[in-house]
Amino acid sequence: VTETLATYSLIAVYATMGIYTLAFIFATMDLAKRSEAIPAKLPAAVAADRDLGAVAVSEREPHEPTAHHAPGSMFQKIAIGVLVVGWVVHFAATILRGIAGNRVPWANMFEFGLTATLLIVGVYLGSLFWRDLGYLAAYVAGFNVLALGIVTVNFYVDVVPLPPALQSVWLVLHVFVASLATAFFGLAAGLSVFQLVRSRFDARAAGTPRLLTTLPTASTLESLAFRLNVIGFVFWTFTLVAGAIWAERAWGRYWGWDVKEVWTFIIWVIFAGYIHARATRGWRGSRSAWLGLIGFGAVLFNYSVVNIAFTGLHSYSGL
Amino acid sequence: VEPKRPSDHGDMPDVPSQLPLDAAGWGRFFWRQLTSMRTALILLLLLAVAAIPGSLVPQRTADPNGVIRWRRDDPELFDLLDSLQLFDVYTSVWFSAIYILLFISLVGCIIPRTSHHLKSLKTPPPRTPKNLSRLEGYRTLPVAGDREGVLARVADVLHKKRFRVKTYGDSVAGETGYLRETANLVFHFALVGVLLGLAFGTGFKYSGQKVIIEGQSFTNQLASYDSFTAGTFVNETSLTPYALRLEQFEAVYEFDRNSGLPNALDFEATMTLNRHGVSSEKSLKVNRPLDIAGTSVYLLGNGFAPWITVTDPTGRDVFSQPVVFLPQDVNLTSVGVAKIPDGLAEQVGMVGFFYPSAVITQSGALASVFPDPTQPIVTFNVFTGDLGLNEGIPRNVYDLDTDDMSVVAGQDSGVPPLVLGIGQSQELPNGLGTVTFESLPRFISVDIHRDPTQVPVGIATALLIAGLVTSLFVVRRRVWVRVVDTAEGQVVEVAGLSRGDDPGLDAAVGDIAEALAKVTSSKLSS
Repeated sequence: VTETLATYSLIAVYATMGIYTLAFIFATMDLAKRSEAIPAKLPAAVAADRDLGAVAVSEREPHEPTAHHAPGSMFQKIAIGVLVVGWVVHFAATILRGIAGNRVPWANMFEFGLTATLLIVGVYLGSLFWRDLGYLAAYVAGFNVLALGIVTVNFYVDVVPLPPALQSVWLVLHVFVASLATAFFGLAAGLSVFQLVRSRFDARAAGTPRLLTTLPTASTLESLAFRLNVIGFVFWTFTLVAGAIWAERAWGRYWGWDVKEVWTFIIWVIFAGYIHARATRGWRGSRSAWLGLIGFGAVLFNYSVVNIAFTGLHSYSGL
Repeated sequence: VEPKRPSDHGDMPDVPSQLPLDAAGWGRFFWRQLTSMRTALILLLLLAVAAIPGSLVPQRTADPNGVIRWRRDDPELFDLLDSLQLFDVYTSVWFSAIYILLFISLVGCIIPRTSHHLKSLKTPPPRTPKNLSRLEGYRTLPVAGDREGVLARVADVLHKKRFRVKTYGDSVAGETGYLRETANLVFHFALVGVLLGLAFGTGFKYSGQKVIIEGQSFTNQLASYDSFTAGTFVNETSLTPYALRLEQFEAVYEFDRNSGLPNALDFEATMTLNRHGVSSEKSLKVNRPLDIAGTSVYLLGNGFAPWITVTDPTGRDVFSQPVVFLPQDVNLTSVGVAKIPDGLAEQVGMVGFFYPSAVITQSGALASVFPDPTQPIVTFNVFTGDLGLNEGIPRNVYDLDTDDMSVVAGQDSGVPPLVLGIGQSQELPNGLGTVTFESLPRFISVDIHRDPTQVPVGIATALLIAGLVTSLFVVRRRVWVRVVDTAEGQVVEVAGLSRGDDPGLDAAVGDIAEALAKVTSSKLSS
C-alpha cells in the first residue's frame, strides 16, 4: 500500500509540474501583453478617480501602497486559474505522500521540497486576496516548476519509516514553520526582483518600459516585499527557536554550531540586517532589496548545498 | 513624542554633522557612530559573513574528529588555519569582537531609547496641528450639540479604541501603539538576555559521556564518567548523586527491500534509577531524555559488548568482562579491543571485529548484513608483547598500540585469526590460554548534562518572540479630532498621522469617524 500511494503521489507531482508549466506560459503571455500597449482602460480609470477626488470633502493625494497599477490581461486570469488547479494536484501529491509514510510529508529533502513549494504557491494564491500580485504569477509558476523538477529528479527517495532521531513533535513544528518561512521569503524575493528592475529602469533617461509601468511603483513593491519578509522573519525566528528546543531534547544542547545551525543563524542575521536596513537612511530601496535577495539565496543554499555537501548532525536528506 | 532613534534612522531629521572640537566631543562623536543604525547594520552583516567559515571548516566543539582529520591530512594548512582560529570560529577573537561590538552598539542604542520611552509614556499626545486636512485619512462629519459634550464623546470613542487621549481646547488628540516601542525594546533586551545566558552558562554547566553495559550501573560522580567537561564554577559537589542501571536495551530494525539497508525504527533503554535509596524504572529513548535532579540524560548511541573470557592454560580466569565494540556501519559491524596485561605468560592484546549477522562474502571475508544479532561472530587478531600500560600514560581503551607488540594470530602471522560464535572457545597460539565468547550484552552511550541557565535563556527567548511579533504588528498612530464651525454648521474634522509603514491608517481613521458618527448620530461625509 505504501508503495502504491507513493507512486500515485509521484505521478501527481509530475502532473503538478505540467500544470504549473502551463500556468507559467499563460503568465508569460500576460506579461507580454502588458508590454504590448498601455491598456486603453487605464487613463479612464485614473480620470474616474480624479472625479471621485473632486467630489470628496477632502482632496488628498493617493498614497503609495494603493497607487494604481494596471490590472492583468485575460491571460493572467487564466494563469491564476491554472495555478489553482495545479495547486490542488500538488496538495493531493503532498497528502498522498504523507499517508504513504503515515507521518508528516516533510521528513527528508524531497518531501521538504514538495511541502515548501506547495506552501509558496499556497501563500501566493492566498496573497491574491490581500493584494493584486497577479504580475508575480510567472515568477511563482516558473520558480516552482524548476524547484519541483530539481527536487524530484535529484532528491527523490522512497518512503521509509522515521528513524528514532526524527521521531519528535518538533519535526512537525520546526520543519513546517521553516518551509512556511521559506514560502514568505520566496514571494518577497520575487517582489524585490521586480522592484530592482523597475527602479533601475525608472532611473534611466530613456524612461520605463511599458511592461514595468503596469506594475506598482518600486517603493510600493519594496513595501510589499518588506511586509512578506517580516512575516518570514517571524517564522524563521520560530524555526530557529524550535530547532534549538529540539536540539536540546535530541542532542543534549540547544546550540552547538552544527553547520545547519550556523546557516539558520546566518539567514536570521541577514534578515535582521534587512529589517534594520529598511530603517536606515541611505539603505532603503535597492540596497535593502539586495539584502532580502541575499537572504533568500542563503535559504536556498541552506536547503541544497548545506544538506548535501556539508557534514553535520542534520543528515536527514535521505540521500 | 516620537520614539527615540539613532540619528541616521530613516525617521529622524537629517542634521548635517559637524566635526567635534575637543576630546569629549570626539568621544560623543565615536559613541554616536557606534550606536548608529549604519554601524549596527554593518556589524550584523559582518556577523553573518564571519559565521560562514565555521560551516566550511570543522569546529573543535561540533566536529572534533573532523579537526583531527584536517590536522592529519594537511598539517601545514592546519597550522595556518589554526593560527587564524578557524577551528574555533565562534569563540575566536575576531568573531567575539564583532558580536561584542554589536551588543555594545545595541545596548548603547536601547538604553537611551528606554528612558526616552518611559518619559513618553507619561507625556500626553501632542497638540493638534493647525491644518488637519493635510494629514492622512482626513474626513469631516457634521455634529450637533454643545462643543464640550461632543469633545467628551470623541474622547470616549478614542479611549475605547485604546488611544491615549488629551483634550486641547476645541480638539482631542489621541495616540496609540506605544506597545510597539515597548515590545521592540523587550525584544532587544531579551536578545541581550539570551547572550548573557549563553555567556554565563559556560561557567555553570557540565556535560559528560558514559558507556553503560546491560547489567551495569552508572553513578553520577566525576570519577564515573568516560569523559567530562565542565565550567569554571562546577566542582565535585555540584553533581547530584544518583545511580542508573541499564537493565535492558532494545533496538527494532526493519529491512528495507529497496535499499537493502536496515531502517532503525525504535531504540529503548530500560533503566533503573536509584536516588536517595528509592528505585524506580525509567524508559530512555532518543528525543526523550530523562530529567533527573536537574540533569538530563540522553540516549546517543548503542552497540554490542560481547562478554569475553580468557583463561590461562590451567583454566583459571585472567580476564572476564564485556568488551565494548564500537559500531562502524549501519549493520553494526563493530571494532573492539581487549587488553590482558596480567595472568598469562606474556601481555596479550586482541583487536576484534564483531558481526551481529555474519555472512561469508565471496572474497571469504566476514560481513554483517543486518544489525540484529541473528548470527553473532567475533573475530580477533592477537598480539603479544608490551601493551604500554606500565608507564602510567593514559591509554585509549578502544585503541591498541601495537608498536611494541608482535602479531601471533591473524594479519600476516600465518596463523588464522580467532573466530568465535556465541558460547564458543578457541585456543590462543603458543599455548597462551583459551578465549571464550560467553554472551552478548548490549551497551548504550549516554550524555549527561546540566545547564542551570536553560530556564532563564528559555524565558528570555519567549520574551524575544513575544516582543518581535508584537513590535512588528502593532502600529503607532496619532489621531486628531477638532470641532469647527463652518458655513454649513458645526462639523468635526478627523485625521491621522503615522510614522513608517502604515497602509491601514486611512481605514483606521475611517473606523473612528464611523464610530463618531454613531455616537453623535450624524452622517459621515468623506
